[in-house]
Formats: sequence, C-alpha cells, structure tokens
Amino acid sequence: MLAFILRRIGQAILVLLTVALISFSLFRFVGDPTQQMTSQDTTLEERLQIRKNLGLDDPVVVQFARFIGNAARFDFGVSYQNRQPVAKLIGDRFPATMELAFASAMFALLVGIPMGVYAGLKPNSWLARLFQTVSLVGISLPTFLIGILLIFIFSVSFGLLPSFGRQGVVNLGFWTTGFLTWEGIRSLILPSITLGLFQMTLIMRLVRSEMMEVLRTDYVKFAKARGLTPRAVNYRHALKNTLIPVITITGLQLGSIIAFAIITETVFQWPGMGLMFLQAVQTVDIPIMSAYLLLVATLFVLINLIVDLLYALVDPRIRLSGKAA
Amino acid sequence: MSSSPGAAAAKPEPSRSMLARMRDSDIWHSFTRSWITMIAALITFVLIFSAIFAHQIAPNDPFNLASLSLLDGGKPPFWSPDGEWRFPLGTDQQGRCVLSSILFGMRISLIVGFLGVVLAAVIGITLGLVSGYLGGTVDSVIMRIADVQLTFPAILIALLIDGTMRALVGTARSEVLVFWVLVVSIGLSFWVQYARTVRGSTMVERNKEYVQAARLIGLGRITILFRHVLPNVIGPVLVIVTINMALAIITEATLSFLGVGLPPTEPSLGTLIRIGNEFLFSGEWWVVIFPGLTLAALVLAINLLGDWLRDALNPKLR
Repeated sequence: MLAFILRRIGQAILVLLTVALISFSLFRFVGDPTQQMTSQDTTLEERLQIRKNLGLDDPVVVQFARFIGNAARFDFGVSYQNRQPVAKLIGDRFPATMELAFASAMFALLVGIPMGVYAGLKPNSWLARLFQTVSLVGISLPTFLIGILLIFIFSVSFGLLPSFGRQGVVNLGFWTTGFLTWEGIRSLILPSITLGLFQMTLIMRLVRSEMMEVLRTDYVKFAKARGLTPRAVNYRHALKNTLIPVITITGLQLGSIIAFAIITETVFQWPGMGLMFLQAVQTVDIPIMSAYLLLVATLFVLINLIVDLLYALVDPRIRLSGKAA
Repeated sequence: MSSSPGAAAAKPEPSRSMLARMRDSDIWHSFTRSWITMIAALITFVLIFSAIFAHQIAPNDPFNLASLSLLDGGKPPFWSPDGEWRFPLGTDQQGRCVLSSILFGMRISLIVGFLGVVLAAVIGITLGLVSGYLGGTVDSVIMRIADVQLTFPAILIALLIDGTMRALVGTARSEVLVFWVLVVSIGLSFWVQYARTVRGSTMVERNKEYVQAARLIGLGRITILFRHVLPNVIGPVLVIVTINMALAIITEATLSFLGVGLPPTEPSLGTLIRIGNEFLFSGEWWVVIFPGLTLAALVLAINLLGDWLRDALNPKLR
C-alpha cells in the first residue's frame, strides 16, 4: 500500500513539473511581454530597463527555478494588462468560480441520481425513455448553446431570471458569497444549470446502467427471496452499491467542471477565473495564463490523486496490481 | 458508362452483386432496423450536402458587400408579418441573410472539424503504431505524455494551444493562419484516444505470424508498420473518427464562440452564434437561434450515427 501511494504521489509531482515547465515556457518564450507594456515612443534603453526589471535577461534555468520558487509562494508576477499582482486577481475571482462549480455539482447530483435510479428501476416506462432522450441531447449540445437557449427561454422570453453577472454578493472579508441573498441565488440558477447539465446526464446514465446491473446480481435476488420490501431491496441494497462508481466519476468530473466554467462564465459574464483566463488568452496576458494553467493543473492532479487513493482503499485488487507492477 | 458493348454487358454483374452483398450485410440490416439511425443519417446527409453546395443553394451571398443593404437589416423570418421571402430566416443587423450565413458557416465548421479529426487521427495512429511496435522507452514516453494530456479536458488543451499559437504567430492579420491554428489545436487535443486504441491492437498484431514472416523476408520497420500492421488495426479507429467528428465541430464552435476562433469575416457556426448572441436582447432572436439549432442538429445527428456504428461494428454486442 505504501509503495502504491508513493508511486502515485511521484507520478503526480512529475505531472505538475511538466505543467510547470509548459507554463514557464509560455511565460518565457511566447511573445515579448515588453511589447505589451510599451508604446512606439519607448526608447531602447527604457525597453532594456523594463526587461531587466522583469528579470528577462537571466539564464533560462535561473528563470525556471525562480518561477517555481515564486509559484510555490503564490507569486505569479504582475498582469501585463491590469498591472496588478496575478495572485490578487485570481484570489478575487476564486470564490465566484468555486461557488458556481459547487452549485452545478449539487445540481448534477441531486437531479441526476434520482433520475438514474428511476430509469434503472423502470427502464421501459415512458418517463425513463424520455430521460434517455433528454440525456442524449444534454451530452450532444455544446455548453455555450445550452446557456444561450436557457437565457433565451428564461430571461428574454419570460423574464424570470437574470441573464448575466453575479448579483447580491456579500463580502465576508476572505470570501465573497452569493448564497446569502435571494438575488445572489437567483443569478446563480441559470449558470449552474448550464454548467451542470452535462455532468447531470453523465451521472444519470451511469446510475441507470449500474442500477440495472446490480438488480441482476444474486444478492439482490436473495434479498428479494428473503421477502424484503422492494423499497429496502432497491435503496438499502442496490443503490448503495451503485454509488461507489458515482462518487469516483463525480470526483473526476469536478476538474472538468472547473475547466468548462470558462465557457459558462463567458456566456453569463460571470466574474470568475475562467472569464479572466479567456480575457487573458485574447490579450496574450501570459502571467495570468500560466498562473491559471498551473492552478487548474494542481487542482486536477490533486483530485485525481485523492480519487485514486480512495479507490485503492476501497478496492484491494488495485492495491495488489499496483504492488506487482 | 462504358463505350464498348462487350464490357457493358459484363459490367452490371459485379455492381449488382455488390449491392446485393450490401443489402445482405449485418450493418445494413442493423441500419434499417433502427429508424432513429436512419433519420440521423438523413439529417447528416442533407446538412453535409447543403454545406457542400452552399454556393448553389444559398439564396443570397453573405460575403458580397456590394449586394448587402443596411435597409434589409434586422428582418424577421418569413412567417412574421415583416418577413420577406427573399430572406427565409431573416437577416442580421448588416442585412446579411441568416440562412445563407448558416450554409456557408456550416461548410467552414465541417471543414475545420474534418481536417482537425484527420490530423488527430494521423498523429494518434502514427504514435500508436510506433509505441505499440517498438515498446520500451519510446512506448513509455509516448504513453506518459498521453496520460498527462488525458488528465485535462480536450477543450482546455485546445484553448491553450490556440492561445499560445496566436501569441506565437500573431494571427491578427491573416484569416488563413487562424484557420490552420484552429485545425492544429483540434488535432493536438484529440490524438490520445487514437494512439491508445492503435497501440493496444498493435501490441497484439506484433506477435502474429504474418508480421514475423514480413520481418523474415527483410522488410523495413516502416513498411511492416504501415503496409501490414496498419490495415489490421484501422477498424476501431473509424468509429472513433465518427464520434470525434461531432466533438471536433463542438470544439471549433466553442473556440469561435469564445472569440478565439474564426473571425466575423470568415464565420463558422460558432462565430455566427457569437455575433447573434449580442442581438438576443434586442429581440432579434433568429440571428442566434437558427445557427444554434443547426449546430445542435448536426452534432446530434453525427453522434447518433457514431453510436450506431460503434454498436453495429462491435461483435460482442450481437
């Protein structure tokens, strides 16, 4: 078990170093940052001075070491566009993205699991067939199109919900939250449905197929034979066993929720990290791009690592094969 | 077709037998059994056909600035009282016909998606063949890169590659460059699945007798890989190509929607949706909803075809 954990952590560090190298090369070799900060009238001496201040004339290895050292202290330099520390910019927008991700994950779980259970228990009912069709649409439609359609229906046609921005935000000092006001929750509804719809359909399909598989197993038949009520068999025995893969997939999907937040935040002009990243891509603001990349990579790797370790804890087969390899 | 009478008499025989063989095949059978698949195939065919012949079908030329008139701007679809038959699905602010824009936009979306998938397949198949055949260090390096890339969603990687290349080549001036930047971003984001699939089957084929025989008669590695192994591992790849086609179209549309894809002067479906989205609140819903529905129909139809193809070609499910 210890060998497996160490091997897995070693892999995670390797991935992070690779991403750090990529985001450093972005930082170092793509475009000339001084060009963004100067005008045509800037003299050559001034340009050289700016390069020196930014540390762009040191050897590459020194720059990479400095980059990693700074990143470990959450210092990602200064944004070319806003002239503000990147860490502060990200810190300001982190709560918005996290609350959006949390709300959409909750939506996906709380709607997806009941739908999946129903479709698994009664696969031939018309409602279950409807769920299957809807889930196919949810998987096929691109995120931004879902967002636009929701805005068209709920904001433009019926005027029920706000279509953009994060309103009713309460500042708690270290965190800003929209959960405390009615306005804040209302403005969260459409973005989180948009972001969570794909995950919801995924969870629904997964729960459905797992449920149908579990219902065929011997222990469920035995439970039925013992005369337990359908409710006890379905929920106490069957559902519990379908939830292990659901937890894994949800964990792994958290990463892609954060990535797909870029699109949702753009559609709804949600002031989160994704919108900031996209604006950085458009204006070639490299410090923000590389910091975001590193941050998202760290989140991804951590989530993957935790899911893997939990899985190994639950399933001894993975542990053993890890030892043999 | 044929000019000589003798050949004409002999010709119909093989072609009829081919048709008959197709009619008797399992794939055709499973195709006709599922009406959803047939509808999906029909929609895909109609959309691709109208994209190819956009020049002939489109009622107006949305790119010809001379024929545009601002007086035609903001016209609703033909069934509203203000609509005109000249512009069946209405016009945008500049007086461009929405239907014609959709036809040309779909054409660009399909081309970018297709080229991106082909590039991804070429990269993935080559790396998969090499990785599976050689094994050892080459194999582990390629597969570790694949593992790292698989950790991240393809759209994020495409966005990153796109952003980086834009910074590198300075795409502000050239539309052609933007087009190829998009193709390369999609190609580099989707190769992993091909590489993994091909590597797996190559490792099986590598030890078979025909490969040993080819090695014995002294053929080079490249000849063995591409002439002998490749035809035997290509089957599953075709299914991935179909499913990835829909993904690639979505990716292109998303990048264009986010404003880092094709410019308004050469609009794809995604660009059209982005432009139309700005007019959603002024009541001109048709400028965004029609391109959106077209994209949805195209992607859904291709996905359904891909699903069917996967099931039909998978002998385990029969």
